[in-house]
Amino acid sequence: MFRYTKLTGLREFLFWIAALVFLLPFYFLVTTSLKSDREVITSSTLAPPTAPDFGNFLKVLTATGNSNVVMGLVNSIIITAGSIVLLVLLGSLTGYVIARSTRRWSRVVYYLFLVAIVLPTQLGTVPLYIGARALGLTGSAWGMIILYTGMLLPLAIFLYAGFFRGLGTEYEEAATIDGASRTQIFFRIVLPLMSPATGTVAILAGLIVWNDFFTSLIFLGGSANQTLPVAMYYYIGSLVSAWNQIFAIVIVSMIPILAFYLFAQKRFIQGFAGGLKG
Amino acid sequence: MSTTFRAGEVAATETERVVLPRRGGRRRQAPAPRRKGLLKFGYWWWALPGILFVIGIHYVATSVGGFFAFTNWTGIGAFELIGLDNFTRIFQDPTKIGALWNTLFLAFGSVILSNILGLGIALGLNRGLKSRYILRTLFFMPVVLSPLATSYIWKFIFDFNGPLNLVLRGIGLDSMARAWIADPTWAIWTILVVLVWQNIGFSMVIYMAGLAAVPVEIEEAAAIDGANLWQRFWHVTLPSIRPAVAIATTLGLVNGLRVFDQIMALTGGGPAAATETLATQVYKQSFALGNFGYGAALALLLTLIILVFAVIQQRVTADRSEEN
Repeated sequence: MFRYTKLTGLREFLFWIAALVFLLPFYFLVTTSLKSDREVITSSTLAPPTAPDFGNFLKVLTATGNSNVVMGLVNSIIITAGSIVLLVLLGSLTGYVIARSTRRWSRVVYYLFLVAIVLPTQLGTVPLYIGARALGLTGSAWGMIILYTGMLLPLAIFLYAGFFRGLGTEYEEAATIDGASRTQIFFRIVLPLMSPATGTVAILAGLIVWNDFFTSLIFLGGSANQTLPVAMYYYIGSLVSAWNQIFAIVIVSMIPILAFYLFAQKRFIQGFAGGLKG
Repeated sequence: MSTTFRAGEVAATETERVVLPRRGGRRRQAPAPRRKGLLKFGYWWWALPGILFVIGIHYVATSVGGFFAFTNWTGIGAFELIGLDNFTRIFQDPTKIGALWNTLFLAFGSVILSNILGLGIALGLNRGLKSRYILRTLFFMPVVLSPLATSYIWKFIFDFNGPLNLVLRGIGLDSMARAWIADPTWAIWTILVVLVWQNIGFSMVIYMAGLAAVPVEIEEAAAIDGANLWQRFWHVTLPSIRPAVAIATTLGLVNGLRVFDQIMALTGGGPAAATETLATQVYKQSFALGNFGYGAALALLLTLIILVFAVIQQRVTADRSEEN
């Protein structure tokens, strides 16, 4: 019934056309970023550059001050990596206890996390900002790591708890008989078994943190430790229709995540499709 | 029969066999035999840092923010409780009412459009296509990118001297060409386009995973019984991917209601506040203008809307799954 017929071939062809139209914005992105300041004004926006000019990238990467893109890149990497490590550690420990506990409080706590997933951050932002300012955490990478960990922890715990529930207790029982301590069991047996869950948490949380603009704009805006989106926002704010430069910085900001995505696209898609359960 | 269709069928590989939403509720009804009493593995206090973190950053902060919604605090110095004054001010201000409508319009518009299109692509790619994994990777690509960065590309496309107007003039539709982003009527539609473009891949992936779990045999049986393509979709395929529909629409709605980045990049809320949403208003009132109390009231409104819609969504989909 589902044979590869001429009709299927046509469908495949049409989908490729659709995909190319869908990705047309990236054509403009790349071609415009390679145009010189003169060409970007004189040439048609649809035309590719006559001679690729990498000068825009040089300008973007050497910008200083509020819109220091390289600094933003480094900060984004530190903050994302730090948040992922903390989220995996705290998320797995909490998720494990919640999944293995039979007490009523663990059920209550589980629903507490569930609600926190949909709770928008906007309402808590003002008090958090005041608290962070009092503790001197605004404008620091540490403050952001703590903040993001707290914000995404419900999601991480929820994902881990789901995966732990699906894991039988046989391994743990066997290890107990062999005389392993509870700490050893968790870190040497259970957590390694949970690497698909860890991958899902790392990818989902990593993407959210890396792309986040709202929180970092508020907590890091105007400081020296800006993340990439905030640096990009300020940089572009100082340019008026210099699209070649704007697109150079947009490309710089996309390359890390895009490279990572194309390298591990199956894991990304699995993480989204399998991870986000009701 | 079976041999012929096997020959042409592309075998579902590991990636497609993502196990979709075993719904939490059903699993909890039949738990593995558990002994009452103490935890056998791990220590209860392992959960303590996580619980404290979540209570502190989510619940305490949100409650304090909710309290400020009833004050006139400016962020510095003293404040007083002013009851519901902030809320009456919100509902007397046309800009805030506009922002509320824009929020709902963008959230529902993007959810409906990106889910229809995402489902369409998922159905098209589901069976038979040889290059469906490459196509899936391409359609999903915008999802992983920063909304801020992709919005700048679209700002260029919608620019008065940008590619869209160039094409419109090229095909003789000069009257259609306009400054899309600076146009009070059209600006909100440009934002909707960007939202839909970026969310299609997400719903597509959820639906592809859902569809992969639907056995071919059921569809075949329906086909043999004489059901046409539409009947097969409406009566067989759609009911079996209801959990996927629930997830894709709920998450899309919750995220759509918070839309912020795209607006900051594309219009900044303009022209003349035509594209303000609750999230951009919260930001502007609290942080740009220093009206912490008023901003908190707007944020509380946004929070309540999101919670209400999340609960309604859950109710609706829960009822339907029992119907089955």
